[in-house]
Amino acid sequence: MVYSFPEEVLEYVFAFLSSDKDRNAVSLVCKSWYEIERWCRRRVFIGNCYAVSPQIMIRRFPEVRAVKIKGKPHFADFNLVPERWGAYVYPWISAMARSYPWLEEIKLKRMVVTDESLELISKSFKNFKVLSLSSCEGFTTDGLSSIAANCRNLRELDLRESEVEDLSGHWLSHFPDNFTSLVSLNMSCLGSEVSFSALERLISRCPNLKTLWLNRAVPVEKLASLLRRAPQLVEFGTGACSTEIRTDIFSNLVEAFSGCKHLKSLSGFWDVVPAYLPAMYSVCSRITKLNLSYATVQSPDLVELISQCSNLKCLWVLDYIEDAGLKALSSYCKDLQELRVFPSDPYSAEPNVSLTEQGLVTVSAGCPKLQSVLYFCRQMSNAALIAIARNRPNLIRFRLCIIEPQAPDYLTLEPLDTGFGAIVEHCKELRRLSLSGLLTDRVFEYIGTHAKKLEMLSLAFAGDSDLGLHHVLSGCESLRKLEIRDCPFGDRALLANAAKLETMRSLWMSSCSVSYGACKLLGQKMPNLNVEVIDERGPPDSRPESISVEKLYVYRTVAGPRADKPDFVWTMDEDGALRFS
Amino acid sequence: MERAAVYDNELNLKATELRLGLPGADESEKQSSRNNKRSSAEMDDSRDKDEQESAPAPKAQVVGWPPVRSYRKNILHQKNESDLSGIFVKVSMDGAPYLRKIDLKVYINYQDLLKALENMFKCSIGVYSEREGYDGSEFAPTYEDKDGDWMLVGDVPWDMFITSCKRLRIMKGSEAKGLGCL
Repeated sequence: MVYSFPEEVLEYVFAFLSSDKDRNAVSLVCKSWYEIERWCRRRVFIGNCYAVSPQIMIRRFPEVRAVKIKGKPHFADFNLVPERWGAYVYPWISAMARSYPWLEEIKLKRMVVTDESLELISKSFKNFKVLSLSSCEGFTTDGLSSIAANCRNLRELDLRESEVEDLSGHWLSHFPDNFTSLVSLNMSCLGSEVSFSALERLISRCPNLKTLWLNRAVPVEKLASLLRRAPQLVEFGTGACSTEIRTDIFSNLVEAFSGCKHLKSLSGFWDVVPAYLPAMYSVCSRITKLNLSYATVQSPDLVELISQCSNLKCLWVLDYIEDAGLKALSSYCKDLQELRVFPSDPYSAEPNVSLTEQGLVTVSAGCPKLQSVLYFCRQMSNAALIAIARNRPNLIRFRLCIIEPQAPDYLTLEPLDTGFGAIVEHCKELRRLSLSGLLTDRVFEYIGTHAKKLEMLSLAFAGDSDLGLHHVLSGCESLRKLEIRDCPFGDRALLANAAKLETMRSLWMSSCSVSYGACKLLGQKMPNLNVEVIDERGPPDSRPESISVEKLYVYRTVAGPRADKPDFVWTMDEDGALRFS
Repeated sequence: MERAAVYDNELNLKATELRLGLPGADESEKQSSRNNKRSSAEMDDSRDKDEQESAPAPKAQVVGWPPVRSYRKNILHQKNESDLSGIFVKVSMDGAPYLRKIDLKVYINYQDLLKALENMFKCSIGVYSEREGYDGSEFAPTYEDKDGDWMLVGDVPWDMFITSCKRLRIMKGSEAKGLGCL
């Protein structure tokens, strides 16, 4: 006797599944579960826009409300991916405009977004609520005008770290007078001044506004007026705070901040005159996230501020904080989970601040919940790394950038293999790791042996031979993303671990020793991978096969070779022939 | 938009060449920038660094290293640019009909500044000493600092002086006697 569980009940149950992993697992149980699940999946995450096509996504998931898509490889952030490489969002928008009329959310990262795309978004989705463009480029403020003017139910507009061609600040004035739904606005990347009165009125009429990150052009003397209109703010980013200090500006600011009883996160502070910082003291005890990475203030002023933030969980700061400031941080902020220290002068030959490995060791000792670290410094030792590893076995993300490439342990002049080895050995939950300094194949042996939960690894100027790469590819079971530059890794390790690449999202190798011949071979062997050679010297065919390619980007895909390649990208095809775009 | 990071101020083409290899690999590009130390006067507290007009020894810039996002580079670049713009302060001299304005950044040390002031106002300021100030001189240079106090020029290190000086006043020697003997 066969009876089937009512579909409606299954659908109801599946609605509680938010994780993609769970939903994917559910889809594999049987055909009817696959069918039910695909009709009720509302959120789709696409980690690589070239791994799948819009058509495939729409065919499988017809009722999607929220889409998140990532485009360029991470190293694009550091100018390693040439201009015009790709990651155009327009084909996605155009396909979704036809098939997802009820789409509410679009979140993009490292994609090229044109004004045309933005206009299409603003006109195609009647219930559009959330637009997040993180590290995107290709659009102007005219595109923002379309969004402001046409998205009547917009809740979030987040442009974080995007490169926008700023034609004028006029776009903000396009929000209609009856538009009141704004919850979150991040315009921190924009240069132009927006109409201040338009901004004031917008903020006044949006009672649900929780997040407001202003741009640099909003001067400090105007902040009080904005804060008074939005005392319910939870996240606030100031503009530039460089106006010469005056008692009236200061006292207005103090009063305005003291009215913000819900503030948890502060950012901005460009060029901040240190005398303004005390204006925020009244909110400090509630602050959990503080981004001072644009604030060029010195350690004593930083310490004054930080010492008030006993509940701080996340701090982004410049290396002006110095070892002394980090020591203070470790004693005042016992809840600290994430620390990022950026370099104030990354290109100078000499250190300009007194920030060393000691600062990080101190924080690792004093902050028991520390799990995520990004640290730029000019010297490191194995002893320090070992101490950090022993202090903080709960680390999840550890990204260390020693500014001088291949810098050895400054005490012993040895490679930093044992130090990083200790990190991977002790920190068993480590998911993300970036290495720097002098490193031999030995460190990769440690990583392959211990880093079983590692998902993302970034390498530069490291290793001696293919053995290094082989250790990583054969040992790191959870590896999803591997990005490598200027390492002596070549054909053998890559070809020996070809199958591994199908289990990963992507592999990036630039300025390594992978020959064109090996790339062709890899493309032939692995039909489910796109093996793309990026070479601005002209067709790889015009050089001997043994010559190393400039850059290699390999990723798994069900969408076949790219149809939108620029003239410096070649896909290594199955049948060995080159395809030109 | 120019994406390449080139931070070389000098017309050293080889150094501006973008390479994907390590910096410093080509020895001829390294310049010794520390050899042009000027002869120091008694009052000269300026560090070597400030005596150089240009950036420290240019290394061949490696693309994308260190891994800092462009918008972060721009922020600091803007700060550095504002460092490069002048520090203009008014200079008054007792008895002179009008004030002058000078750019403190143009001078390398106190000696340099005082010489320029002597030329500008056709006066003699003399030599500084910690004990006697400018005792014996016709005129004494004083300045108003950030806290609004009038100080004798020469007491603090040069760098500290140029960042804290708001205006200068060249006082008659007779009036300045009080300042010199503390």
